[in-house]
Amino acid sequence: MGAGHAHTLYVHEHSPVHRLPPETKVLSAFLFVAAVAVTPREAIWAFGAYAGIEAALVGFSRVPARFVLSRLIAVAPFILFALFLPFIGEGKDVELLGISLSSEGTWAMWNILAKATLGATASILLAATTEVPEIVKGFGRLRVPPVITAIASFMIRYLEVVAEELGRMRTAMTARGYDPRWLSQARPIASSAGTLFVRSYERGERVYDAMLSRGYTGVMPVIDSRTASAQDWAVALMFPLLAAATATIAFVTL
Amino acid sequence: MSNALTVTDLHYAYPDGQVALKGVSFTVKPGEKVALLGPNGAGKTTLAHHLNGIRRSDRGRVEVEDLVLEDSNLAEIRKKVGLVFQNPDDQLFMPTVRDDVAFGPANLGITGEHLDGVIARALADVGAQDLQTRVPHHLSGGERRRVALATVLAMSPSILVLDEPTSGLDPAGRRELIGVLESLGMAQLVITHDLPFALELCDRTLIMDAGRIVADGPTREVLEDEALLRKHRLELPYRI
Amino acid sequence: MHAPDGFLTAGTAVATGAISVGTVSVALKQAKEQMSEKIVPLAGVTAAFIFAAQMFNFPVAAGTTGHLLGGALAAILLGPHIGALVVTIVVVVQALAFADGGLTALGYNVLNMAVIPAYGGFAVYSGFRKLLPKSKGGVIAATGLAAGISVVLAAAAFSIQWLFGASAPVPFDTVFGAMVGIHILIGIGEGLISALTVGAVLASRPDLVFGARDLDPAQLQESGKVPLRAFIIGGLAVTLLVATVVSQFAVDNPDGLEFVAEDTGFISSAQEHSLGGSIFADYATSGINNETLSLAIAGIAGVLITLAVGYGLFRAIRPRERVPV
Repeated sequence: MGAGHAHTLYVHEHSPVHRLPPETKVLSAFLFVAAVAVTPREAIWAFGAYAGIEAALVGFSRVPARFVLSRLIAVAPFILFALFLPFIGEGKDVELLGISLSSEGTWAMWNILAKATLGATASILLAATTEVPEIVKGFGRLRVPPVITAIASFMIRYLEVVAEELGRMRTAMTARGYDPRWLSQARPIASSAGTLFVRSYERGERVYDAMLSRGYTGVMPVIDSRTASAQDWAVALMFPLLAAATATIAFVTL
Repeated sequence: MSNALTVTDLHYAYPDGQVALKGVSFTVKPGEKVALLGPNGAGKTTLAHHLNGIRRSDRGRVEVEDLVLEDSNLAEIRKKVGLVFQNPDDQLFMPTVRDDVAFGPANLGITGEHLDGVIARALADVGAQDLQTRVPHHLSGGERRRVALATVLAMSPSILVLDEPTSGLDPAGRRELIGVLESLGMAQLVITHDLPFALELCDRTLIMDAGRIVADGPTREVLEDEALLRKHRLELPYRI
Repeated sequence: MHAPDGFLTAGTAVATGAISVGTVSVALKQAKEQMSEKIVPLAGVTAAFIFAAQMFNFPVAAGTTGHLLGGALAAILLGPHIGALVVTIVVVVQALAFADGGLTALGYNVLNMAVIPAYGGFAVYSGFRKLLPKSKGGVIAATGLAAGISVVLAAAAFSIQWLFGASAPVPFDTVFGAMVGIHILIGIGEGLISALTVGAVLASRPDLVFGARDLDPAQLQESGKVPLRAFIIGGLAVTLLVATVVSQFAVDNPDGLEFVAEDTGFISSAQEHSLGGSIFADYATSGINNETLSLAIAGIAGVLITLAVGYGLFRAIRPRERVPV
């Protein structure tokens, strides 16, 4: 669900969060979300603290809060699922306004709501303050195998190109009056998918020729050797450290 | 002084048996700008792909300056022969303009400030200094062409091979590209269907048809020979 | 399927993460061998294709649309290793660049959306290829079946992960029934579109279909088009068959099917009441005496009604988004 968009979440701004090297942001986002994920659900105050950290980051990054909230829609189906847990959870042991609820289900609802929303907000913040190719470079500097980051960066480079080809095929079909309503009318769509695959593969081969022409030997050259400074790391890791401290206190006090 | 490029009796057939080159021979002198005209399917692009060894033929010979193309010197040949592809989207595969221009020289082992200098010079040569941080997908058609050219210039080639550089450009973009190509001193072999462009940029013109070179002469003379043009499915948009 | 953070327990996230990292590194090694120096441009651009393929809206019924998931399709076109690798990269980039799916959920999201559909789908494909004639038609039919089943396999895998790492007191068989039930229908669309797509590629560049490498030119000529109507009817028959099996599964776990019927996880418990008085109440279809048969009929009907209601709800919630089928 929800995979149907080619537009990234990047919000062009010149904030201190935008300026942080991508590898520091990627690692911080992962650590932050991990701290949130392991926090016991009973420590309600801790989730308030996480939300506070994220709200502060939204402020620092100058990403409009409304933008972040509107993007949270991606987790909506799961939130909806969570909302029904008090009613469908096993062991109806609480009575509220005449409806019997499962307390275990209610806790589960809270757990999913809190963690899904906080996690998605962290992802949205990362994507809103870091351009996608930069995120990929960040992964490379975090020692993800270069072949993987190179494939990812080529995918991102050609995503819009391929999506535009798809759009043109769609327009051509619509222009000729194709308006399918039933699965049995899907053949033209599948043939355009087949055509798109062949075109993509052939493009890959031409790109390979272009790479060979400029001296490619099978290893992606190192172009950007700049790395994050200790200060960048300190600033970026401050947030997951705060989260880790919160999670630790939550564990100890429960 | 040796030629920038010498092609001798080059033959090539695709794996499916279709014959693309049937004994192509010609030379390009250092600094000379040569147009290569011909109908679709004449084998022009296939020929271009042989000039830097991304396609290989076992019959015929390609010489770049004093170097005969063979397995052992592919890297050097590819540095000397700057091939600019027909579709800039195939040529600009890196996330940003800077990374793309850096790709060639970085493969040659250039790093650090030296690399920065090479990138800046190549982009300045095509008038694209301001595009360093841009994403290729968001460039205009003309900008894409010029940046694609810069990615090749960054390797300091001794001959440029351009495959239909003006296709799909608006008049202003085409004009800018002509200006850039005129300003470059290295030899150029330009595949094109744009005859006025050939006339403006190149003193000499080759016509290729069905895998053979069928005409070779001063551009004006070749383009004035209406019968020759018609025979090879070519046409000037107006009388010279 | 892009599950958010906290949907399964932290332990499950770590365990599935380890499995995914392990499998993807094997996939990477094999993929490098298969494509050698061309891997970066070829896998990169075909990954863009898979990403775009997920944007392909195809009609489902009465104007509703679904979209492709593409795991098995990628494996059959590119081979299981490159397929798994490419879809993994798609899933990871979706999480990072589009905030689709949680960062700590990447372990199970990659496992369920990339690794299992690609490897599982390809295994099923290879199996069907042995049973079906060695021809173009055989490749296309095996693709359709494998792609459809791959989606159901992924749903089953998610249910098993729920068994180990449930974050809510909903029993395994409920989740299993609901997930598998919904994904059988999703699988029909997935199978059909994947089969037709592979058919279209076979028509123009058969050399590009990894799963058809064993065919010689003569075999590629045999049997052109898939009879579309037959395929859909066949798909529905398989669906109902599986629904019957799922309902028998639920017989041993009486409250399992109740949840499937009542709730696929997205639907209001109010439905309990609406179904309560229906002819399917208590799963025994009134007027039919054979217990197994009536249970089966109730099961099939339950799944179908649930799917219909689920659809309506989905469309109501996300009017501008595609329904995932």
